[in-house]
Amino acid sequence: MRVNLRYFAAIREVLGEHEVIDVPAGITVGELRDRLMAGSADHARALVRGQGRRCALNHVICEESAVVTEGAEVAFFPPLTGG
Amino acid sequence: MSIRIQTGDFDLGAEVAALRAADPAVGAVVAFVGCVRDRNDGSEVSAMELEHYPGMTETVIEATLAEARARFDIRGVRIIHRVGLLQPQDQIVLVAVGSAHRGSAFAACEFLMDHLKTQAPFWKKETTPQGTRWVDARLSDDAALARWNPTDPATPEATR
Repeated sequence: MRVNLRYFAAIREVLGEHEVIDVPAGITVGELRDRLMAGSADHARALVRGQGRRCALNHVICEESAVVTEGAEVAFFPPLTGG
Repeated sequence: MSIRIQTGDFDLGAEVAALRAADPAVGAVVAFVGCVRDRNDGSEVSAMELEHYPGMTETVIEATLAEARARFDIRGVRIIHRVGLLQPQDQIVLVAVGSAHRGSAFAACEFLMDHLKTQAPFWKKETTPQGTRWVDARLSDDAALARWNPTDPATPEATR
């Protein structure tokens, strides 16, 4: 199934704004992240866990256990610094 | 209730006037304006670029607003958050709250700002004499959020 990926701020500067990938049905956000990190050195560096990096599924902040569905939008970004 | 994400500036007086004009039962207005400082973490700041996540930003702010309306007796809210390139002394954010009496307007304004800072997907990049850098999140902002709900599980990875 197809999943839309969005990256922001420092992560966007390394990986670009957007990519679309094919993944097996039933995959979790954490498994998706592992796949991406195994795919390239840039992904491994930009998506490394910790330092307050967060993920969102369909515009809602999520845990890595969240299950991704067909056509979902998954985003990875550094800590939020608005206001 | 009004939420705007925009590149342009805003007029505090016009926003407060609109809040008052919309509802004659408003007896108190509290407004917070956040501005770009010319220094941060020991460096001069000559410019700031604000990025956001279109779609998610609006969703998060709408949810926060719904929570504020459930918690506080408020009558009107106007939220504006600017994005794009800003200079020191520019206005960044406005949260204006109208209520019948001042207590709920003060509390709701602070509640909304604490959530905006920690829950809404905005990122700041500063230009300093040493180059550009992404602004770090502040632990004090997470602490400010936590006081509204001591059992809130929505803490970033680093603090778990």
